Amino acid sequence: MELNGSQIMIEELKAAGIEMAFGIPGGAIMPFYDELLKADFPHILTRHEQGAAHMADGYARVSGKVAIVVTTSGPGATNLITGLANAQMDSVPLIAVTGQVATNMIGTDAFQEADVYGCSIPVTKFNWLIKDVNEIQHVTREAIRMATTGRPGPVLLDFPKDIQITKAEYTPRESAGSPLPAPRQYPELDMEGIDKLIEAIERAERPVIIGGAGIIKSGASEELAKFAKAAGIPVINTLLGLGGFPGTDELFLGMPGMHGTAYANFALCECDLLINLGARFDDRVTGKVSSFCPNATIAHVDIDDAEIDKRVHTHIPILGNVRDVLITLNERLTPGDYDEWRQTWTDWKANYPLQYDWDGSIKPQYVIDQIQEITEGNGIYVTGVGQHQMWAAQFIRFNEPKTWVTSGGLGTMGFGLPAAIGAKFARPEKDVWLIDGDGSFAMTLVELATAATYNVPVKVAILNNAYLGMVRQWQELFFEKRYSHSHYPENPDFGTIAEGYGVKGINITDVNEVRNSLETAAEHDGPVVLNFLVNKEENVWPMVPAGAGNDEMQLAPPSREAKS
Amino acid sequence: MSRNSDNNTKDDTHTIAVLVENKFGVLAKVASLFSARGYNIDSLCVGVTQDPSVSRITLVTRGDAKVLEQIRKHLSKLIDTFKVMDMGETDSVEREMILIKISAPKAARSEIFQIIDVFRGRVVDVSTDTITVEVTGDEGKIHAILNLLQPFGIKEIARTGKVALTRGAKTLKGSKN
Repeated sequence: MELNGSQIMIEELKAAGIEMAFGIPGGAIMPFYDELLKADFPHILTRHEQGAAHMADGYARVSGKVAIVVTTSGPGATNLITGLANAQMDSVPLIAVTGQVATNMIGTDAFQEADVYGCSIPVTKFNWLIKDVNEIQHVTREAIRMATTGRPGPVLLDFPKDIQITKAEYTPRESAGSPLPAPRQYPELDMEGIDKLIEAIERAERPVIIGGAGIIKSGASEELAKFAKAAGIPVINTLLGLGGFPGTDELFLGMPGMHGTAYANFALCECDLLINLGARFDDRVTGKVSSFCPNATIAHVDIDDAEIDKRVHTHIPILGNVRDVLITLNERLTPGDYDEWRQTWTDWKANYPLQYDWDGSIKPQYVIDQIQEITEGNGIYVTGVGQHQMWAAQFIRFNEPKTWVTSGGLGTMGFGLPAAIGAKFARPEKDVWLIDGDGSFAMTLVELATAATYNVPVKVAILNNAYLGMVRQWQELFFEKRYSHSHYPENPDFGTIAEGYGVKGINITDVNEVRNSLETAAEHDGPVVLNFLVNKEENVWPMVPAGAGNDEMQLAPPSREAKS
Repeated sequence: MSRNSDNNTKDDTHTIAVLVENKFGVLAKVASLFSARGYNIDSLCVGVTQDPSVSRITLVTRGDAKVLEQIRKHLSKLIDTFKVMDMGETDSVEREMILIKISAPKAARSEIFQIIDVFRGRVVDVSTDTITVEVTGDEGKIHAILNLLQPFGIKEIARTGKVALTRGAKTLKGSKN
């Protein structure tokens, strides 16, 4: 059958089970949009292309499914770059389809032309400039495969306008949704490494597991729980690994690193075996590498060879899918005897809990605690980037994987609102809470219009301290309180802004109204913005200063520590 | 002068051969991989292989073992890459080619010709005032002849990057697997 380029791409996307698009049309992508409409392809019209990318990102993180992001050429496509970089850093699959000027115009500085292929090389897992209608079928299949297999990531198809309308003979796949071929370099299970790890576990006296995003992405949560419980080994989850292990389990030690729990960092410093399951030893986790897990044998399971030995020298490298490795480990493992070690970390948990003071102001941690209480850890929790993100990571106790959506690697302020909208589209049955800062929220709040238009009932809690809070905290601690341009004294009235967008907005200034307002929001049938005017100078503790080792962690403000 | 066995004599210099798909954009991706990590490419040579769908990139870069390992892994990770090899890990033949335009007044010519002869260079162009010579060899040889010709006045040079092949029957297979 003869189809045009746009139709061929859409056929291939549908055949692979892709059923969601976020984007904004423009000149160079109009033929493709015309076919989207004719094909009745579900599409969410956003207000900014960055928002579209973050929506697809949030959608993928909670559903495991990939969505397409569609933009026009030039500015439409360059607006995507932050969203692509964010997905690339956190290994989130998405497929960007960007319009491009017609092939005979490429390179002539045509209207709305940009070298999107060149721009997107460093921020995608792979990208293509489609120059021939006959390659669309193959390239689209490759794009889907690249995005979703191995270590997932964003891909980009730059689609010139003339190719979108050029006709070609098309032979559909034999059956819709047929499984994709395995990726080219899918590692085989490294049995030798697994044997070494089992030996190391048997020898160890103080083992610790650190579970990263690989647990979530490979669907290994159950296997991890089985493994940790059978072996009696405590579990730390990285920022992106949160939800990979139940937050209420006694074996759970919370998050490690810069704003991790004291007991997680103690455990890292004291362990004699670190089992890294799908985490990439991010600098915010390791602190100074030379004092990271100084006494430990380090095992690292990762699907990406380039992550092994990148920052931390690994004694037992295991290249492979975390879930596959855990299944094999669970078949072979004999329960360990780490009673003394268990006593040690149990005491740490009891003696160094996460805490905050109570002074009558609205403490941001309190708001998060209350969100945790009313949702019982069963919601989907989304954040922006900054202090509020760290508090959310610390105080929410996740019950299950794929319920935590946060920008980890790139640390993209403004990620929250669009990501929450995307998450709600993917899991409409779940309560989606966005915990955001005033700085982050302001960067993409235009997507409130999208939430209103499609009546996406996301619940937004802005922890508004009128500061770029994390910057302010660093300035207080490391720049002698010189608050260089981190203050927003004239913050807008976010409650009124929300109302302007047709979204219910409430400003909360009294700590006694916190619980009520949260309940009101939970019950409201539609999106809500709760603007909490919180304590302006609250800091995130514990803290490992940038560049310091995890053994140099500060538990609380220096003044308070001196008193106790 | 050991001509063929001085691969990677400076311990942190490495000659890496990469077989990639012969299509547009691949070189940009390889270059981007280096620039994104702050690694320098000292020389670069790209040409199509006996299989027209495959290109061979030979590049010279510097770094300690850790950097080299990262370069190797990231090159391997590129989807367009078929094969990566550090030519220093095996016995290999390495060559560069240089074209040198030298000031050559009559009085100096015989001396210049003698030097070219010793280095088995080829004179490829002569004018009233200049000689252009082509020399092929490893880095050491090129360096030596440049040194010797320097006093006569080098007007211009054009130099290829290094190319390398393993010795013996061993090859870099370029087939996708």
